[in-house]
Amino acid sequence: MSRLARTALLAGAAALIVLGVGPLFAKGQKPAKPEAQKAEAAPPAAARVAKLNLGRVALPEEIAAWDTDVRPDGHGLPPGKGTVKQGDEIFQAQCAACHGEFGEGAGRWPVLAGGQGSLTADRPEKTIGSFWPDLSTVFDYIRRAMPYGNAHSLSADETYALTAYLLYLNDLVKDEDFELSEKNFTSIKLPNAKNFYDDDRETAEKAFWGKTPCMTNCKGEVKITGRAAVLDVTPEDDKTAPKVD
Amino acid sequence: MASSIIRNPLSRRGFLGAAAALGAGAGLGAARAEGQAPDPLITEVQDWNRYLGDGVDKRPYGAPSPFEKHVVRRHVSWLTASPESSVNFTPLHELDGIITPSGLCFERHHGGIAEIDPANHRLMIHGLVEKPLVFTMEDLKRMPRENRIYFLECAANSGMEWRGAQLNGCQFTHGMVHNVMYTGVTLKTLLDEAGLKPNARWLMLEGADAAGMNRSLPVEKALDDVLIAFGMNGEALRPEQGYPLRAVIPGWEGNLWVKWLRRIEVGDQPWQAREETSKYTDLLADGRSRRFTFYMDAKSVVTNPSPQAPLKHKGRNVLTGIAWSGRGHIKRVDVSLDGGRNWRTARIDGPVLDKSLTRFYVDFDWQGEALLIQSRAMDSTGYVQPTKEDLRKVRGVNSIYHNNGIQTWHVRPDGETENVEIG
Repeated sequence: MSRLARTALLAGAAALIVLGVGPLFAKGQKPAKPEAQKAEAAPPAAARVAKLNLGRVALPEEIAAWDTDVRPDGHGLPPGKGTVKQGDEIFQAQCAACHGEFGEGAGRWPVLAGGQGSLTADRPEKTIGSFWPDLSTVFDYIRRAMPYGNAHSLSADETYALTAYLLYLNDLVKDEDFELSEKNFTSIKLPNAKNFYDDDRETAEKAFWGKTPCMTNCKGEVKITGRAAVLDVTPEDDKTAPKVD
Repeated sequence: MASSIIRNPLSRRGFLGAAAALGAGAGLGAARAEGQAPDPLITEVQDWNRYLGDGVDKRPYGAPSPFEKHVVRRHVSWLTASPESSVNFTPLHELDGIITPSGLCFERHHGGIAEIDPANHRLMIHGLVEKPLVFTMEDLKRMPRENRIYFLECAANSGMEWRGAQLNGCQFTHGMVHNVMYTGVTLKTLLDEAGLKPNARWLMLEGADAAGMNRSLPVEKALDDVLIAFGMNGEALRPEQGYPLRAVIPGWEGNLWVKWLRRIEVGDQPWQAREETSKYTDLLADGRSRRFTFYMDAKSVVTNPSPQAPLKHKGRNVLTGIAWSGRGHIKRVDVSLDGGRNWRTARIDGPVLDKSLTRFYVDFDWQGEALLIQSRAMDSTGYVQPTKEDLRKVRGVNSIYHNNGIQTWHVRPDGETENVEIG
């Protein structure tokens, strides 16, 4: 095949890809083989805006493999379902070692349940039920990162079941037979959702701007009110006592 | 000089008194001090002065001198449940200038260090784009490059200090910051290549690590100054800094700087990922929380003296520290030696760059009196670094993140230095 003919053929194939006719093209081409596809990346001339023509079109299978994220509006939720009971079993087998049987957290591992009403307390307990604004975050995070050290090992059904169990642990559903699915997912709201607002430092902390700082006799007597050494929580190294000459 | 502003340490009389006390040691004349013997390090031939050292074939990738082996990142084991989802700290008290050596840049991972062969790395851009794309590292290195120096500060830097002085050393109180020259391509270049759709408002950046670290980023910032970097300090990124590819989000909290970057999804709203809801939101005293607190406000710290770097000599000393702002460049740094009663403006040395660490000095004399050392940064937007007290008044003590309050070090007469709170 002449070079010119080959280029024309590839351009045609690229146009098909752009139109979303992926499978036709994908037959002779495995995903994630970019070098073989450089030429195909060229878009139809009309769609071109001073491009570098580097990279190549992402195939639908490739996007599907990585695009696991879920948003509060339900965007990205996979089909599936799972009950509180099913979630309990999975949780005890795969999650409880770190998070505790009831999501109370073992050692310094994250506490997942409880803490309702503690956000203004001296020591707030920030859990899914007491703090997190969106249920989608639970699903999204389990799906991308849990179980810790064995990510991407749970099915969609298992993830729904675990999310249902976490709702149960947080008293947000009461029924052990409650089933969570992509159909009822967005109907569930977390109690603390309304208590988040976007960064307002530029107005709420306006006083930190534009001051002319005091340089002399700025305050009276200064007293030490707290010392780190009293707590003694700093890691020790082979530090020797200072010697002044 | 500033004798009227600062007490004894900087006064001329203090300096002369010290010089007299130190006598010949201070180089005031040719007289030999009573009983002083010649220094054998000078009068005797040393091994390194006689025998051959290593040749050029012995150190193909150089390392610091063995005498610098104490200059390392450290972690605080009680802070987190596992070292794979944890943090360590830059030894700020051992560094100078503005550039952090790559091997000393603090680490923060959520699922350990992903070890990725660059030949096996892919970057995907999809979502609200005209054309979803996959790039190899080879593709990215064929694009126009930029080099920029930026600080990266974890939003939780100084987070352990909200309730009072806790950790004894600027490495631990302020060491979740580093400053590096990055090499990479602008994110705008990549987004132009894919073609943003008109309703594109937010991006989601995702890492290839075992935590799949992800954050939402407004498209305005993405098109402004974000870099997708493969280089740091002139060489490839270090594995713990995201090799082979990371996001550089100048001036914004470090958590957004996704490492091992593999995917950018374009959408019309934020994702409310775990790291921007359950973490990296700022719980205030009224029980409500700020979110998307991206900017790192102006901050500074005196790195020497500090608890890990006590004063060892009376007389002449160098006080030094770093200042930075995520909103612009550092305009001025003031230093107090008396707990904020009196201040003098520090001398800035080295480059003053936008969203970069800036180095300051106060050369001073010390006669063994107690000091309460503080520094106060001001940036190009007119922001003045607040006291911790001022911060607590507006935020309470439970917000964990964005503690940029003024640090106090107490230097005792024996030179030992401690992290303290003052009132």
